[in-house]
Amino acid sequence: MTEERDTDIIIAADQKPELTSDWAGGDRKPFRTSYGKLMMWYFLLSDAFTFAGFLIAYGALRFSSASWPVPDRVFATMPFGINEMFPNAQAPLMFVTFMSFLLIVSSGTMVRAVQEGARENKRGVVLWMLLTVLGGAGFLACQAWEWTNLIGKENMTVTTNPFGTYTEDGYYLDPETGELTDEEVATGETYLLHVAGEAHGEAEEFEEEGAYQYATTPGDYPGYVVDGLRPDGTINPAAKRFIHRKYVVERENGDTYERVQEFGPTAFGALFFGITGFHGFHVATGVIFLLIILINAGGGVYAARMNGYEMVEKIGLYWHFVDLVWVFVFLVFYLL
Amino acid sequence: MAQHLSYEDSKRGVWKGLGLLAAVTVIEVMLSLLKAAEFAENLRLLIYFASLLIIALSLYKAYFIIYEFMHMGYEVKALAMTVLLPTFLLLWGMIAFFNEGDAWRKGREKIINKNELKVPDGGEVGYIDRTDEIMFVG
Repeated sequence: MTEERDTDIIIAADQKPELTSDWAGGDRKPFRTSYGKLMMWYFLLSDAFTFAGFLIAYGALRFSSASWPVPDRVFATMPFGINEMFPNAQAPLMFVTFMSFLLIVSSGTMVRAVQEGARENKRGVVLWMLLTVLGGAGFLACQAWEWTNLIGKENMTVTTNPFGTYTEDGYYLDPETGELTDEEVATGETYLLHVAGEAHGEAEEFEEEGAYQYATTPGDYPGYVVDGLRPDGTINPAAKRFIHRKYVVERENGDTYERVQEFGPTAFGALFFGITGFHGFHVATGVIFLLIILINAGGGVYAARMNGYEMVEKIGLYWHFVDLVWVFVFLVFYLL
Repeated sequence: MAQHLSYEDSKRGVWKGLGLLAAVTVIEVMLSLLKAAEFAENLRLLIYFASLLIIALSLYKAYFIIYEFMHMGYEVKALAMTVLLPTFLLLWGMIAFFNEGDAWRKGREKIINKNELKVPDGGEVGYIDRTDEIMFVG
Protein backbone atom coordinates (compact mmCIF):
# COMPACT_ATOMS: atom_id res chain seq x y z
CA MET A 1 0.00 0.00 0.00
CA THR A 2 1.53 3.31 -0.98
CA GLU A 3 0.33 6.71 0.03
CA GLU A 4 -0.52 9.22 -2.57
CA ARG A 5 2.06 12.01 -2.63
CA ASP A 6 1.59 15.39 -4.15
CA THR A 7 4.59 14.87 -6.39
CA ASP A 8 2.84 11.99 -8.13
CA ILE A 9 1.45 12.74 -11.51
CA ILE A 10 -2.21 12.05 -11.44
CA ILE A 11 -3.41 10.52 -14.64
CA ALA A 12 -7.07 10.60 -15.33
CA ALA A 13 -8.54 7.13 -15.64
CA ASP A 14 -9.34 7.57 -19.32
CA GLN A 15 -5.78 8.82 -20.03
CA LYS A 16 -3.98 5.81 -18.54
CA PRO A 17 -1.95 3.92 -21.13
CA GLU A 18 -2.87 0.35 -21.86
CA LEU A 19 -0.56 -2.25 -20.35
CA THR A 20 0.22 -3.73 -23.76
CA SER A 21 1.44 -0.44 -25.15
CA ASP A 22 3.62 0.02 -22.05
CA TRP A 23 5.70 -2.93 -23.20
CA ALA A 24 6.36 -1.25 -26.52
CA GLY A 25 8.63 1.13 -24.63
CA GLY A 26 6.75 4.31 -25.36
CA ASP A 27 7.55 6.82 -28.03
CA ARG A 28 10.97 7.81 -26.74
CA LYS A 29 13.40 5.14 -27.81
CA PRO A 30 16.70 4.88 -25.96
CA PHE A 31 19.54 6.11 -28.19
CA ARG A 32 16.94 6.80 -30.88
CA THR A 33 17.14 3.28 -32.19
CA SER A 34 14.88 0.25 -31.98
CA TYR A 35 15.14 -2.22 -29.11
CA GLY A 36 15.98 -4.97 -31.56
CA LYS A 37 19.03 -3.20 -32.93
CA LEU A 38 20.12 -2.05 -29.49
CA MET A 39 19.99 -5.57 -28.10
CA MET A 40 21.86 -6.92 -31.13
CA TRP A 41 24.61 -4.42 -30.38
CA TYR A 42 24.85 -5.56 -26.76
CA PHE A 43 24.80 -9.21 -27.76
CA LEU A 44 27.67 -8.49 -30.14
CA LEU A 45 29.53 -6.68 -27.35
CA SER A 46 29.25 -9.75 -25.12
CA ASP A 47 30.30 -12.01 -28.00
CA ALA A 48 33.28 -9.74 -28.62
CA PHE A 49 34.36 -10.34 -25.03
CA THR A 50 34.11 -14.11 -25.53
CA PHE A 51 36.33 -13.93 -28.59
CA ALA A 52 38.66 -11.51 -26.84
CA GLY A 53 39.00 -14.02 -23.99
CA PHE A 54 40.04 -16.70 -26.45
CA LEU A 55 42.43 -14.45 -28.32
CA ILE A 56 44.05 -13.18 -25.13
CA ALA A 57 44.53 -16.81 -24.02
CA TYR A 58 46.16 -17.41 -27.41
CA GLY A 59 48.46 -14.45 -26.86
CA ALA A 60 49.42 -15.54 -23.35
CA LEU A 61 50.25 -19.08 -24.51
CA ARG A 62 52.14 -17.81 -27.54
CA PHE A 63 54.22 -15.48 -25.36
CA SER A 64 54.88 -18.42 -23.01
CA SER A 65 56.34 -20.63 -25.76
CA ALA A 66 60.01 -20.66 -26.67
CA SER A 67 59.02 -20.94 -30.33
CA TRP A 68 55.85 -20.66 -32.36
CA PRO A 69 55.17 -22.12 -35.83
CA VAL A 70 55.67 -19.54 -38.58
CA PRO A 71 52.29 -19.13 -40.33
CA ASP A 72 53.94 -18.62 -43.75
CA ARG A 73 55.17 -22.19 -43.46
CA VAL A 74 52.10 -23.77 -41.82
CA PHE A 75 49.44 -22.26 -44.08
CA ALA A 76 51.09 -22.74 -47.46
CA THR A 77 48.89 -25.32 -49.16
CA MET A 78 45.96 -24.86 -51.51
CA PRO A 79 43.30 -27.18 -52.90
CA PHE A 80 43.64 -28.84 -56.34
CA GLY A 81 47.42 -28.65 -55.97
CA ILE A 82 47.43 -24.95 -56.85
CA ASN A 83 50.36 -24.51 -54.47
CA GLU A 84 52.45 -26.64 -56.87
CA MET A 85 52.61 -23.61 -59.16
CA PHE A 86 54.46 -21.60 -56.51
CA PRO A 87 58.18 -21.81 -55.76
CA ASN A 88 58.93 -24.93 -53.66
CA ALA A 89 55.22 -25.79 -53.94
CA GLN A 90 54.64 -23.33 -51.08
CA ALA A 91 51.85 -20.78 -51.43
CA PRO A 92 52.20 -18.91 -48.14
CA LEU A 93 48.91 -17.40 -46.87
CA MET A 94 47.38 -17.40 -50.37
CA PHE A 95 44.44 -19.65 -49.58
CA VAL A 96 43.57 -17.92 -46.33
CA THR A 97 43.76 -14.52 -48.05
CA PHE A 98 41.22 -15.82 -50.56
CA MET A 99 39.02 -16.89 -47.61
CA SER A 100 39.29 -13.38 -46.16
CA PHE A 101 38.22 -11.87 -49.47
CA LEU A 102 35.16 -14.14 -49.55
CA LEU A 103 34.12 -12.89 -46.12
CA ILE A 104 34.83 -9.23 -46.90
CA VAL A 105 32.86 -9.38 -50.15
CA SER A 106 29.93 -11.07 -48.41
CA SER A 107 30.01 -8.21 -45.90
CA GLY A 108 29.73 -5.76 -48.81
CA THR A 109 26.79 -7.59 -50.38
CA MET A 110 25.13 -7.55 -46.95
CA VAL A 111 25.37 -3.75 -46.86
CA ARG A 112 23.70 -3.68 -50.27
CA ALA A 113 20.86 -5.91 -48.98
CA VAL A 114 20.31 -3.49 -46.08
CA GLN A 115 20.26 -0.53 -48.49
CA GLU A 116 17.68 -2.18 -50.72
CA GLY A 117 15.66 -3.00 -47.61
CA ALA A 118 15.61 0.66 -46.61
CA ARG A 119 14.06 1.40 -50.04
CA GLU A 120 11.52 -1.42 -49.49
CA ASN A 121 12.86 -3.19 -52.59
CA LYS A 122 12.06 -6.87 -51.98
CA ARG A 123 13.80 -8.23 -55.07
CA GLY A 124 16.99 -6.35 -54.22
CA VAL A 125 16.99 -7.64 -50.65
CA VAL A 126 16.56 -11.23 -51.79
CA LEU A 127 19.26 -10.96 -54.47
CA TRP A 128 21.92 -9.41 -52.24
CA MET A 129 21.16 -11.67 -49.29
CA LEU A 130 21.48 -14.67 -51.58
CA LEU A 131 24.96 -13.52 -52.63
CA THR A 132 25.85 -13.02 -48.95
CA VAL A 133 24.76 -16.58 -48.16
CA LEU A 134 26.91 -17.85 -51.05
CA GLY A 135 29.94 -15.97 -49.69
CA GLY A 136 29.40 -17.39 -46.22
CA ALA A 137 28.92 -20.93 -47.49
CA GLY A 138 32.04 -20.57 -49.67
CA PHE A 139 34.03 -19.48 -46.64
CA LEU A 140 32.83 -22.52 -44.68
CA ALA A 141 33.74 -24.82 -47.57
CA CYS A 142 37.26 -23.35 -47.65
CA GLN A 143 37.62 -23.80 -43.92
CA ALA A 144 36.45 -27.40 -44.22
CA TRP A 145 39.19 -28.03 -46.79
CA GLU A 146 41.80 -26.26 -44.66
CA TRP A 147 40.96 -28.39 -41.62
CA THR A 148 40.82 -31.61 -43.63
CA ASN A 149 44.25 -30.91 -45.06
CA LEU A 150 45.75 -30.02 -41.68
CA ILE A 151 44.28 -33.01 -39.85
CA GLY A 152 44.36 -35.66 -42.57
CA LYS A 153 47.55 -34.84 -44.44
CA GLU A 154 49.72 -32.88 -42.06
CA ASN A 155 48.64 -34.74 -38.90
CA MET A 156 47.91 -31.65 -36.83
CA THR A 157 45.29 -32.27 -34.13
CA VAL A 158 44.25 -30.56 -30.91
CA THR A 159 46.84 -32.65 -29.04
CA THR A 160 49.62 -33.05 -31.63
CA ASN A 161 51.44 -30.26 -33.38
CA PRO A 162 53.96 -31.55 -35.90
CA PHE A 163 54.97 -28.00 -36.86
CA GLY A 164 58.11 -27.39 -34.83
CA THR A 165 60.49 -24.44 -34.97
CA TYR A 166 64.26 -24.43 -34.44
CA THR A 167 65.47 -22.27 -31.57
CA GLU A 168 69.18 -22.70 -32.31
CA ASP A 169 71.44 -22.75 -35.37
CA GLY A 170 73.12 -25.99 -36.29
CA TYR A 171 73.70 -28.75 -38.84
CA TYR A 172 71.74 -31.91 -39.63
CA LEU A 173 73.13 -35.38 -39.19
CA ASP A 174 73.03 -37.58 -42.25
CA PRO A 175 69.94 -39.77 -41.79
CA GLU A 176 71.72 -42.92 -42.99
CA THR A 177 75.15 -42.70 -41.39
CA GLY A 178 74.64 -40.25 -38.57
CA GLU A 179 77.60 -38.15 -39.73
CA LEU A 180 77.56 -34.36 -39.57
CA THR A 181 76.44 -32.82 -42.88
CA ASP A 182 76.63 -29.25 -44.16
CA GLU A 183 72.83 -29.05 -44.35
CA GLU A 184 71.96 -26.05 -42.18
CA VAL A 185 69.42 -25.68 -39.40
CA ALA A 186 68.36 -22.05 -38.96
CA THR A 187 66.83 -20.42 -35.89
CA GLY A 188 63.20 -19.48 -36.37
CA GLU A 189 62.65 -21.81 -39.31
CA THR A 190 59.56 -24.00 -39.04
CA TYR A 191 59.57 -27.65 -40.12
CA LEU A 192 56.81 -30.21 -40.50
CA LEU A 193 57.43 -33.61 -38.94
CA HIS A 194 56.50 -36.26 -41.49
CA VAL A 195 54.98 -39.62 -40.75
CA ALA A 196 57.08 -42.55 -41.94
CA GLY A 197 55.77 -44.03 -45.18
CA GLU A 198 53.25 -41.25 -45.90
CA ALA A 199 53.31 -38.63 -48.65
CA HIS A 200 52.42 -35.09 -47.61
CA GLY A 201 51.78 -33.48 -50.96
CA GLU A 202 54.99 -31.50 -50.74
CA ALA A 203 57.92 -31.56 -53.08
CA GLU A 204 60.48 -32.23 -50.38
CA GLU A 205 63.37 -34.57 -49.95
CA PHE A 206 60.89 -37.29 -49.01
CA GLU A 207 59.54 -37.62 -52.52
CA GLU A 208 62.57 -36.94 -54.67
CA GLU A 209 63.98 -39.75 -56.79
CA GLY A 210 66.82 -41.56 -55.12
CA ALA A 211 66.21 -39.78 -51.83
CA TYR A 212 66.98 -41.63 -48.63
CA GLN A 213 64.10 -43.87 -47.59
CA TYR A 214 63.39 -43.48 -43.89
CA ALA A 215 62.68 -46.64 -41.93
CA THR A 216 59.05 -47.20 -41.02
CA THR A 217 59.81 -49.26 -37.91
CA PRO A 218 59.93 -47.28 -34.65
CA GLY A 219 63.37 -46.89 -33.21
CA ASP A 220 66.46 -44.76 -32.69
CA TYR A 221 68.48 -44.61 -35.94
CA PRO A 222 71.86 -42.93 -36.51
CA GLY A 223 70.42 -39.75 -37.99
CA TYR A 224 66.79 -39.75 -36.86
CA VAL A 225 64.19 -41.18 -34.50
CA VAL A 226 60.92 -42.81 -35.51
CA ASP A 227 58.15 -42.51 -32.90
CA GLY A 228 56.29 -45.50 -31.51
CA LEU A 229 58.77 -47.21 -29.18
CA ARG A 230 57.56 -47.80 -25.63
CA PRO A 231 60.07 -47.28 -22.80
CA ASP A 232 60.36 -51.07 -22.36
CA GLY A 233 61.42 -51.49 -26.01
CA THR A 234 58.19 -52.93 -27.40
CA ILE A 235 56.41 -51.28 -30.32
CA ASN A 236 53.19 -49.35 -29.81
CA PRO A 237 51.20 -50.16 -32.97
CA ALA A 238 48.73 -47.30 -32.36
CA ALA A 239 51.37 -44.54 -32.27
CA LYS A 240 51.82 -42.28 -35.30
CA ARG A 241 55.33 -42.86 -36.60
CA PHE A 242 56.65 -39.34 -36.83
CA ILE A 243 60.20 -38.98 -38.11
CA HIS A 244 62.38 -36.65 -36.02
CA ARG A 245 65.72 -35.80 -37.66
CA LYS A 246 68.78 -35.26 -35.50
CA TYR A 247 70.98 -32.20 -35.69
CA VAL A 248 73.91 -30.74 -33.82
CA VAL A 249 74.09 -27.24 -32.40
CA GLU A 250 77.23 -25.49 -31.22
CA ARG A 251 77.32 -22.94 -28.44
CA GLU A 252 79.63 -19.92 -28.39
CA ASN A 253 81.88 -21.59 -25.83
CA GLY A 254 82.45 -24.53 -28.18
CA ASP A 255 80.15 -27.02 -26.46
CA THR A 256 78.12 -29.05 -28.93
CA TYR A 257 74.75 -30.60 -28.25
CA GLU A 258 72.87 -33.20 -30.24
CA ARG A 259 69.25 -32.27 -30.71
CA VAL A 260 66.20 -34.05 -32.12
CA GLN A 261 63.44 -32.22 -34.04
CA GLU A 262 60.77 -31.74 -31.40
CA PHE A 263 57.03 -31.33 -31.80
CA GLY A 264 55.86 -27.70 -31.84
CA PRO A 265 53.92 -26.21 -28.92
CA THR A 266 50.81 -28.36 -28.36
CA ALA A 267 48.71 -25.28 -27.64
CA PHE A 268 49.04 -24.24 -31.29
CA GLY A 269 46.75 -27.00 -32.57
CA ALA A 270 44.27 -26.67 -29.71
CA LEU A 271 44.04 -22.89 -30.09
CA PHE A 272 43.86 -23.03 -33.87
CA PHE A 273 41.02 -25.54 -34.03
CA GLY A 274 39.28 -24.04 -31.00
CA ILE A 275 39.27 -20.43 -32.14
CA THR A 276 38.83 -20.83 -35.90
CA GLY A 277 36.21 -23.47 -35.05
CA PHE A 278 34.32 -21.09 -32.80
CA HIS A 279 34.47 -18.46 -35.52
CA GLY A 280 33.36 -21.00 -38.15
CA PHE A 281 30.46 -21.91 -35.86
CA HIS A 282 29.44 -18.23 -35.90
CA VAL A 283 29.65 -18.19 -39.70
CA ALA A 284 27.54 -21.35 -39.93
CA THR A 285 24.93 -19.90 -37.54
CA GLY A 286 24.97 -16.67 -39.55
CA VAL A 287 24.36 -18.54 -42.81
CA ILE A 288 21.37 -20.35 -41.26
CA PHE A 289 19.83 -17.13 -39.94
CA LEU A 290 20.53 -15.33 -43.22
CA LEU A 291 18.64 -18.10 -45.01
CA ILE A 292 15.68 -17.87 -42.63
CA ILE A 293 15.46 -14.12 -43.04
CA LEU A 294 16.00 -14.42 -46.79
CA ILE A 295 13.02 -16.78 -47.05
CA ASN A 296 10.89 -14.51 -44.84
CA ALA A 297 11.87 -11.48 -46.90
CA GLY A 298 10.97 -13.31 -50.11
CA GLY A 299 7.64 -14.29 -48.58
CA GLY A 300 6.79 -10.66 -47.87
CA VAL A 301 6.92 -10.93 -44.05
CA TYR A 302 9.08 -7.81 -43.66
CA ALA A 303 7.37 -5.83 -46.43
CA ALA A 304 4.19 -6.07 -44.35
CA ARG A 305 5.97 -4.57 -41.32
CA MET A 306 6.69 -1.34 -43.21
CA ASN A 307 9.83 -0.67 -41.14
CA GLY A 308 12.42 -0.63 -43.91
CA TYR A 309 13.34 -4.32 -43.48
CA GLU A 310 14.75 -3.78 -40.02
CA MET A 311 15.25 -7.52 -39.53
CA VAL A 312 17.68 -7.53 -42.47
CA GLU A 313 19.53 -4.71 -40.77
CA LYS A 314 19.83 -6.73 -37.55
CA ILE A 315 21.17 -9.88 -39.22
CA GLY A 316 23.45 -7.52 -41.15
CA LEU A 317 24.95 -6.30 -37.87
CA TYR A 318 25.62 -9.90 -36.85
CA TRP A 319 27.15 -10.74 -40.22
CA HIS A 320 29.51 -7.75 -40.15
CA PHE A 321 30.54 -8.79 -36.65
CA VAL A 322 31.55 -12.22 -37.96
CA ASP A 323 33.70 -10.42 -40.55
CA LEU A 324 35.08 -8.17 -37.79
CA VAL A 325 36.13 -11.15 -35.67
CA TRP A 326 37.81 -12.67 -38.72
CA VAL A 327 39.94 -9.51 -39.03
CA PHE A 328 41.44 -10.36 -35.63
CA VAL A 329 41.61 -14.14 -36.11
CA PHE A 330 43.36 -13.50 -39.44
CA LEU A 331 45.70 -11.06 -37.70
CA VAL A 332 46.88 -13.30 -34.89
CA PHE A 333 46.86 -16.72 -36.56
CA TYR A 334 48.03 -15.90 -40.05
CA LEU A 335 49.66 -12.49 -40.24
CA LEU A 336 51.77 -12.26 -37.09
CA MET B 1 24.21 3.88 -46.70
CA ALA B 2 22.75 6.47 -44.43
CA GLN B 3 19.97 8.93 -45.01
CA HIS B 4 22.39 11.80 -45.54
CA LEU B 5 23.62 10.26 -48.80
CA SER B 6 21.69 9.73 -52.00
CA TYR B 7 20.98 6.14 -52.99
CA GLU B 8 23.49 6.27 -55.84
CA ASP B 9 26.21 7.70 -53.61
CA SER B 10 25.68 5.15 -50.87
CA LYS B 11 25.78 2.32 -53.43
CA ARG B 12 29.09 3.58 -54.70
CA GLY B 13 30.25 3.91 -51.09
CA VAL B 14 29.85 0.17 -50.54
CA TRP B 15 32.08 -0.80 -53.47
CA LYS B 16 34.63 1.82 -52.48
CA GLY B 17 34.63 0.45 -48.95
CA LEU B 18 35.06 -3.09 -50.24
CA GLY B 19 37.99 -2.00 -52.41
CA LEU B 20 39.57 -0.29 -49.42
CA LEU B 21 39.25 -3.34 -47.18
CA ALA B 22 40.61 -5.63 -49.90
CA ALA B 23 43.55 -3.31 -50.57
CA VAL B 24 44.39 -3.08 -46.86
CA THR B 25 44.25 -6.89 -46.61
CA VAL B 26 46.63 -7.27 -49.57
CA ILE B 27 49.08 -4.82 -47.99
CA GLU B 28 48.90 -6.73 -44.69
CA VAL B 29 49.63 -10.05 -46.39
CA MET B 30 52.60 -8.59 -48.26
CA LEU B 31 53.99 -7.12 -45.03
CA SER B 32 53.49 -10.47 -43.35
CA LEU B 33 55.35 -12.30 -46.13
CA LEU B 34 58.40 -10.13 -45.40
CA LYS B 35 59.17 -12.64 -42.66
CA ALA B 36 59.85 -15.30 -45.29
CA ALA B 37 61.86 -13.01 -47.58
CA GLU B 38 65.59 -13.72 -47.79
CA PHE B 39 66.75 -10.11 -47.51
CA ALA B 40 64.74 -9.52 -44.31
CA GLU B 41 66.33 -12.43 -42.49
CA ASN B 42 68.76 -10.32 -40.49
CA LEU B 43 66.55 -7.25 -40.17
CA ARG B 44 64.67 -8.05 -36.97
CA LEU B 45 63.79 -4.39 -36.55
CA LEU B 46 62.15 -4.27 -39.99
CA ILE B 47 59.98 -7.29 -39.18
CA TYR B 48 59.11 -5.73 -35.83
CA PHE B 49 57.87 -2.54 -37.49
CA ALA B 50 56.08 -4.50 -40.19
CA SER B 51 54.20 -6.36 -37.44
CA LEU B 52 53.23 -3.10 -35.73
CA LEU B 53 52.01 -1.75 -39.06
CA ILE B 54 49.97 -4.92 -39.68
CA ILE B 55 48.29 -4.49 -36.26
CA ALA B 56 47.54 -0.83 -36.99
CA LEU B 57 46.04 -1.71 -40.39
CA SER B 58 43.87 -4.43 -38.81
CA LEU B 59 42.59 -1.96 -36.25
CA TYR B 60 41.78 0.41 -39.10
CA LYS B 61 39.83 -2.37 -40.85
CA ALA B 62 37.93 -3.02 -37.62
CA TYR B 63 37.14 0.70 -37.28
CA PHE B 64 35.91 0.85 -40.88
CA ILE B 65 33.67 -2.20 -40.55
CA ILE B 66 32.12 -0.90 -37.31
CA TYR B 67 31.69 2.71 -38.38
CA GLU B 68 30.67 2.30 -42.02
CA PHE B 69 29.33 -1.22 -42.61
CA MET B 70 27.69 -1.53 -39.19
CA HIS B 71 26.59 2.10 -39.30
CA MET B 72 27.94 3.00 -35.87
CA GLY B 73 29.07 6.35 -37.26
CA TYR B 74 25.44 7.31 -37.87
CA GLU B 75 24.07 6.22 -34.50
CA VAL B 76 23.68 8.45 -31.45
CA LYS B 77 27.08 9.03 -29.87
CA ALA B 78 25.96 7.64 -26.51
CA LEU B 79 25.09 4.31 -28.15
CA ALA B 80 28.52 4.11 -29.75
CA MET B 81 30.15 4.83 -26.39
CA THR B 82 28.16 2.17 -24.48
CA VAL B 83 29.32 -0.42 -26.99
CA LEU B 84 32.88 0.73 -27.62
CA LEU B 85 34.11 1.95 -24.23
CA PRO B 86 33.75 -1.43 -22.45
CA THR B 87 36.11 -2.97 -25.01
CA PHE B 88 38.88 -0.76 -23.65
CA LEU B 89 38.83 -2.95 -20.53
CA LEU B 90 40.42 -5.56 -22.76
CA LEU B 91 43.57 -3.45 -23.02
CA TRP B 92 44.42 -4.30 -19.44
CA GLY B 93 43.60 -7.96 -20.12
CA MET B 94 46.13 -7.96 -22.93
CA ILE B 95 48.87 -6.23 -20.92
CA ALA B 96 48.40 -8.49 -17.90
CA PHE B 97 48.10 -11.83 -19.71
CA PHE B 98 50.84 -11.24 -22.27
CA ASN B 99 53.22 -10.31 -19.48
CA GLU B 100 52.17 -13.38 -17.56
CA GLY B 101 52.80 -15.56 -20.62
CA ASP B 102 56.23 -14.01 -21.00
CA ALA B 103 56.98 -14.80 -17.36
CA TRP B 104 56.04 -18.48 -17.91
CA ARG B 105 58.48 -18.64 -20.81
CA LYS B 106 61.28 -17.12 -18.76
CA GLY B 107 60.57 -19.60 -15.95
CA ARG B 108 60.82 -22.53 -18.34
CA GLU B 109 64.03 -21.22 -19.92
CA LYS B 110 65.59 -20.93 -16.48
CA ILE B 111 64.79 -24.56 -15.74
CA ILE B 112 66.21 -25.72 -19.09
CA ASN B 113 69.41 -23.74 -18.53
CA LYS B 114 69.89 -25.13 -15.04
CA ASN B 115 69.35 -28.67 -16.28
CA GLU B 116 72.19 -28.20 -18.74
CA LEU B 117 74.68 -26.94 -16.16
CA LYS B 118 77.49 -29.44 -15.69
CA VAL B 119 78.94 -30.43 -12.35
CA PRO B 120 82.68 -29.72 -12.46
CA ASP B 121 84.74 -32.89 -12.83
CA GLY B 122 87.22 -34.36 -10.27
CA GLY B 123 89.99 -31.78 -10.29
CA GLU B 124 87.72 -28.82 -9.83
CA VAL B 125 85.62 -30.18 -6.98
CA GLY B 126 85.75 -27.93 -4.00
CA TYR B 127 86.90 -25.00 -6.05
CA ILE B 128 84.19 -22.54 -6.99
CA ASP B 129 85.00 -19.73 -9.35
CA ARG B 130 82.78 -16.86 -8.25
CA THR B 131 82.32 -15.70 -11.84
CA ASP B 132 81.15 -19.16 -12.94
CA GLU B 133 77.50 -19.93 -13.67
CA ILE B 134 77.65 -22.73 -11.10
CA MET B 135 77.34 -20.24 -8.24
CA PHE B 136 73.65 -19.83 -9.02
CA VAL B 137 72.89 -23.49 -8.30
CA GLY B 138 72.74 -22.58 -4.63
